[in-house]
Amino acid sequence: MFNTASSAPVATPSSGARKARLTSNQRPKWLVPAVGVASIVVGAALSALVGFNVALWAVFAAVLFLVAATLAVSLVEGPRNGADSLVTYLVYTAFVLAVVPLISVIWTVLANGLPGLNANLLLTSMNGVTGATDNAAVAGEAPVLGGAYHAIVGTVSITFWATLMSVPIGLLTAIYLVEYSKGAWLGRSITFFVDVMTGIPSIVAGLFAAALFGLLFGPSTRFGFVAAVALTVLMIPTVVKNTEEMLKIVPNELREASYALGVRKWRTITKVVIPTAISGIASGVTLAIARVIGETAPLLVTAGFATSINWNSFSGWMTTLPTYIYYQILTPTSPTNPDPSLQRAWAAALILIVIVMLLNLIARLVARAFAPKTAGR
Amino acid sequence: MKASQFGRSAAVLTIGALALTACGSDNATGEATSGETSAAGAGVSGTLTGIGASSQQAAMTAWQNGFQGANPEAQVQYSPDGSGAGREAFTAGGADFAGTDAYLDEEEYEASKEVCGPDGGFHIPAYISPIAVAFNLPGLDTVNMDGETIAQVFTGEITTWNDPAIAEQNPDAELPDTPITVVHRNDESGTTENFQEYLAAAAPEVWTAEVSGNWPSQWASENNKGTAGVVSSTSSTEGAITYADASAIGDLGTVAVGVGEEYVEYSSEAAAKAVETSTPVEGRAEYDMAMDLERDTTESGSYPIVLVSYHLFCSQYDSQETADLAKAFGEYVISEEGQQAAADSAGSAPMSENLRTSAQEALGNITAAG
Amino acid sequence: MSTTVTTKEPASGIRRAAAGGQAGDSVFSALSLGAGVLILAVLAAVAVFLSLQALPTFRAPAEEISGGAGFFSYIWPLVIGTVVAALIALVIATPLGILVALYISHYAPARIAKPVGYIIDLLAAIPSVVYGAWGTTVLASSLVPFYTWAAEHLGFIPIFSGPASQTGKTMFTAGIVLAIMVLPIITAMSREIFIQTPKLHEEAALALGATRWEMIRMTVLPFARPGIISSVMLALGRALGETMAVALVLSSGPLMASLIQSGNQTIAAEIALNFPEAYGLRLSELIAAGLILFLITLVVNMIARAIIARYKEFSGAN
Repeated sequence: MFNTASSAPVATPSSGARKARLTSNQRPKWLVPAVGVASIVVGAALSALVGFNVALWAVFAAVLFLVAATLAVSLVEGPRNGADSLVTYLVYTAFVLAVVPLISVIWTVLANGLPGLNANLLLTSMNGVTGATDNAAVAGEAPVLGGAYHAIVGTVSITFWATLMSVPIGLLTAIYLVEYSKGAWLGRSITFFVDVMTGIPSIVAGLFAAALFGLLFGPSTRFGFVAAVALTVLMIPTVVKNTEEMLKIVPNELREASYALGVRKWRTITKVVIPTAISGIASGVTLAIARVIGETAPLLVTAGFATSINWNSFSGWMTTLPTYIYYQILTPTSPTNPDPSLQRAWAAALILIVIVMLLNLIARLVARAFAPKTAGR
Repeated sequence: MKASQFGRSAAVLTIGALALTACGSDNATGEATSGETSAAGAGVSGTLTGIGASSQQAAMTAWQNGFQGANPEAQVQYSPDGSGAGREAFTAGGADFAGTDAYLDEEEYEASKEVCGPDGGFHIPAYISPIAVAFNLPGLDTVNMDGETIAQVFTGEITTWNDPAIAEQNPDAELPDTPITVVHRNDESGTTENFQEYLAAAAPEVWTAEVSGNWPSQWASENNKGTAGVVSSTSSTEGAITYADASAIGDLGTVAVGVGEEYVEYSSEAAAKAVETSTPVEGRAEYDMAMDLERDTTESGSYPIVLVSYHLFCSQYDSQETADLAKAFGEYVISEEGQQAAADSAGSAPMSENLRTSAQEALGNITAAG
Repeated sequence: MSTTVTTKEPASGIRRAAAGGQAGDSVFSALSLGAGVLILAVLAAVAVFLSLQALPTFRAPAEEISGGAGFFSYIWPLVIGTVVAALIALVIATPLGILVALYISHYAPARIAKPVGYIIDLLAAIPSVVYGAWGTTVLASSLVPFYTWAAEHLGFIPIFSGPASQTGKTMFTAGIVLAIMVLPIITAMSREIFIQTPKLHEEAALALGATRWEMIRMTVLPFARPGIISSVMLALGRALGETMAVALVLSSGPLMASLIQSGNQTIAAEIALNFPEAYGLRLSELIAAGLILFLITLVVNMIARAIIARYKEFSGAN
């Protein structure tokens, strides 16, 4: 068998044989799909043995496929390509695995939030809405009244102040760490303590801000800005760490080229380093905002709880969307009929996500405006 | 070119968002603010700040609304941080009044004298709500249990619904052999504390744990956060039993609690009756209404598992304005109108006439310093 | 302070020519130094505040602490619970997060990569209350069959010993919810760094005949390693400190080895659940618990730093 195969090309150099030799180390197109189908079938059989259910089937099929496809490719194309395809399939599997719960979360929010999302919710506050109003709504005598407008206002103003404070501080600190500290002890200790700062429990940040303003203005001083300070404490480490990483990966060649042209260090940083890293920085800032915009615990002790609109962050209590959601779920306006409250809570969660989506979009636009033209994908 | 397109769409989005945020309204119910005056007395103005129990939140919304309707110049803000936070803020002078499920202890009472004048703070039992023992068994609306049986169920000594101890008290009911799943609160709460106080008084042999706002860890079982949480856990698990504010239990069946020789179902009247037979706490201001409920009462028709949530006021405020405001608000809350508003919104039990009279007298003692 | 920093810069002849630029330089470096010092000051203030508030707990006699056996026996089950929950979250989220980031940066077609990255960013914004609500209503109940199966077949392993919870509100569920919450953090940050890998390195590797995986292993991963570790540390911080989601998902109880029964508790959730009704010594106890959480983060960070230092020489970054 082998003999004839090895001698064949010499004896009859047919075109078919040459083609076979050229593609001999490549898997045929049908191989991977075939392995896939086989794993699905065998997976179904195996899960049927244990007691059939869809999740189990998916797990079995995925594991079988990963093993079988890797083996098959290794046999045909060698271990290096086998490893390559294993990682490829792993990446795809991981993606699916990660996306399933994420889609489930989004679906839950959409399915529960969309019915309650109306002009009432967007444009009115909870002022004057009582349990009796909700009872009437459930009895069908009135539409579900009351909205989250005051909470939207609170979220926007408090987040605005927190961002205004934490982004410059965080950005400058990151610049110090990457461009100025040069591994000095101060830089190293800042890096270390910023890491530690990520571990401040959010409620502690709230208590800290409350105690600080309590010292300054008397006990239980609460207004929007106190909450903004608490959120700043939580936001800074995220901004610093992210920006630091993004600045670090700006190639040194760019800095050196700039210095070589006689550009000052601070101009180099603002005109070369930051624009190069801006997309990552913007994404990091969005991440940091996203991290704090959904905080509940620190807001309860710093911003109070209001049912009417307050635009002034420096006087009077404010409600934000997360505290609004929290209280609508945990202490429904009407304990007897919690459904209108739940509906408002889910719709408010949806609004919160939309707000972050808008922020994200704005961050991306800012990044686009500043980024050099040759950014990768 | 592409960038400018992006810029344009961003501008549109931003303007849209701004437009949306610029035209909100505080008039959610679509009614003009009513100018009607009520018995609570019009003409007070300013902002009254309260911090305290979240159990009162639903009723408080109704009170704020009603009070502000009658006194357009006045505003009451209330943050449902919790009873402990409320008492802490109150004794530190951070709140004009507090809502609390438990009265001030000795130490806190002494502290309150610093901010509230020589008589310290005093309590008004503003929010009275029966705590129902609720269960999920299809086809059964009510089951009779005496205190000892309830305690045995919640400590895990009785594990199925057709246990002889339960069956004996329910000769007519068809009890299934479903296992009992106890659901309790995992957050510290006044509801838990009141329920445990009842168990400790009614079944001291069975309920040996120290009474506190936390469920004792040796009897830990399924649990969930908040009243809404335990109710939803119970509703979704057949055979589950829990304790919760009666207004929030929805379609769940309830336990009729053994009092003396009879079994009493929860009701507003039965709860109010239990409050009336309670004993006042010693060592406070003369008119203070802090009370210890008689949990092992044998008085016919009274339901002993009751949550009493107080409003805590100062007997002396720094300014006349705050004093007037606190007094007016307190009077509105205990008025028939205020209690009815709470009952409609939050399902609480309205105060009895006797309680109202004493509360009225107590509120009369609020003065301004100097 | 600022002058010492400025003098460290390489002296150049051109600097003397533009005095205004020099002022800009020193102002800028002073500003950035000031920001760093401010952060240290804030952190110090937080630490002092925590310690002062926690002090009564350490002074109080043992029997007055919750549980009646002193602060240590109160806190250590919580410490273990916290670490276990965070560990489960990281064990799941780290490989998944990195692989998803790789998918976005190197595997997916550009048309898909952008929206997917966008969606992942958004997920970081969903408030933890919502994750908690989703965890109890959707996830916990759908995991019950798995727990029952695990208790039956893997029950000999302590972490799977039964009887399995019938509501699914267990430590394992809490860990999974935390994993889903921190996944966007790891993915978003790793992705940004993967994208920044020098194209020349990648192309050189491919030109030498490397497969895609070999290229990633030889150029992308070494380049991104410190960044990945940073992102995991951020994720860890979030997982350790997360309150509401755990408070809603976990049916808490005393410490136990089994992860599929109701039981265990984390520090952050303990604080959130008990804080509202706490006063006096109890309040101080909870703040002391917060201090301990703070210390855990400190220790974990020191360990991570040690690991990074070890790999530093292999790093492809500057």
